[in-house]
Amino acid sequence: MIIKTKSNIFSSEITDRAVFESRREFVKAATALSAGLMLPSLGHAATGKYADVPVGPYSAKLQATDREDVAGYTNYYEFSTNKQDSTVLARALKTKPWSVEVVGEVEKPGTYNLENILKDNPVQERIYRFRCVEAWSMVVPWIGFPLGEMLQRFKPTSKARFVEFTTLNNPEIMVGQRTSVLDWPYVEGLRMDEAMHPLAIMATGMYDDELPNQNGAPLRLVVPWKYGFKSIKAVVKIRFIESMPETAWHKSAPGEYGFYANVNPEVSHPRWSQNRERVLGRSIFTPKRDTEIFNGYGEEVAALYSGMDLEKYF
Amino acid sequence: MLVSKKGWTAIKTIVFSLSLMPFGLLVNGAIKDQLGANPIEALHFGFGDWALRFLCIGLALTPIKMITGQSWPLRFRRMIGLFAFFYASQHLLVFIVLDLSLSWEAFKDEVPKSPYILMGLLTFLLLVPLAVTSTKKMQKRLGRSWLKLHRLVYLAGLTALVHYFWLVKSDYTEPLIYALVIGVLLGIRVIVYYRMTAKPLNLIP
Repeated sequence: MIIKTKSNIFSSEITDRAVFESRREFVKAATALSAGLMLPSLGHAATGKYADVPVGPYSAKLQATDREDVAGYTNYYEFSTNKQDSTVLARALKTKPWSVEVVGEVEKPGTYNLENILKDNPVQERIYRFRCVEAWSMVVPWIGFPLGEMLQRFKPTSKARFVEFTTLNNPEIMVGQRTSVLDWPYVEGLRMDEAMHPLAIMATGMYDDELPNQNGAPLRLVVPWKYGFKSIKAVVKIRFIESMPETAWHKSAPGEYGFYANVNPEVSHPRWSQNRERVLGRSIFTPKRDTEIFNGYGEEVAALYSGMDLEKYF
Repeated sequence: MLVSKKGWTAIKTIVFSLSLMPFGLLVNGAIKDQLGANPIEALHFGFGDWALRFLCIGLALTPIKMITGQSWPLRFRRMIGLFAFFYASQHLLVFIVLDLSLSWEAFKDEVPKSPYILMGLLTFLLLVPLAVTSTKKMQKRLGRSWLKLHRLVYLAGLTALVHYFWLVKSDYTEPLIYALVIGVLLGIRVIVYYRMTAKPLNLIP
């Protein structure tokens, strides 16, 4: 299969660099001003906890989708299969305190407090495309840190070829887990080299502030070149393993959702085309956008899959 | 029920207005940008849901008549059936005009790859002859075959269900509810048909 890496971004989608930078400058200046004039806590409340965070590498100069659209349209089956209902139901989740259990082929297993993880892994902003397997997409300014750097701190052994992530399992609060729409808890995974790729991040915020619960607070994975269901939410466990883990959607429908789940317009879902995507937050007369291989991150990640038949390893 | 001719006209006007309300609310929501992050999907699913609901209401009229022994439900058959067709048309129109942006390329790519879209198109095609022959004139002209033709609505109910089941990712709750409703409504007919054909047997001493 020919792997196309050409960029396919409408010029209208790209925020002019000068505008983008001046906007950030303005925000920073406003923050500094408000911090100087008012109580620092008030300044923070007005502009978001992570307003001063630096913009990390790979951040696309794209116009972010409106925050309300990103926060009001989520696939979070732990709460509901309805994208709006999950927003309301997820409010019940308590995200503090939060800890992550690290197990498996690793030299430093243990239970890590999220606060300590965040101390060791300074956050930055990453503006990424997000493409759902359901053929809709958005652009999200995530706040997070490189996944690989965090995993390295746990010192995975040479046997660790895959890393598996698990979402919180708490049917009392996560009311969707009382139904059997998926086999709970939600599990996702990456090959070690995928996990080590600097594009993959763990996010703890978006739009300069903490993650809303429905978007996966307090800690979620973001793998921008893969379909959204790979980017597991509310992670409580990380396991390093030798063999490929069984993942939630693959278990539910192995013929429809593969382990790799790389965004690929040339490999259709068995029930729908993946050639185009509906960009959220546009006018109803805006046509769909052509989906790009690896969601437009082909230059960065295509090498991970060289020689692999992407039809077979979908 | 004793209702005057004027009374029926008034009742029909009310039912007509109520039936049009979901359309008004959805279009109003789209104009005012109140349909959330994915307004095309909201319109598309909204019209689809209502097409299915009107199909269910339409299929319920004859059983209601059979159970209550009253003939008034049949007065609404044409209107309800046409509303099912109307919402199905809007559902299809949103798909063609807004979702595919009238692109033949997109149609050629997306439709054949989707068994559920093909099943949806088939359902619509089954409803077209029913809508076309819904007038009193056509009813008279076709005579007995009109009844036979309009049994296609049973098939349309089933293909609409398959269309819904095939598009769902993993939560089958809603299509199952519709399946239950349509199952009961068609089941009643099967039972009645069976009893009617079985009757002569009972007469044998």
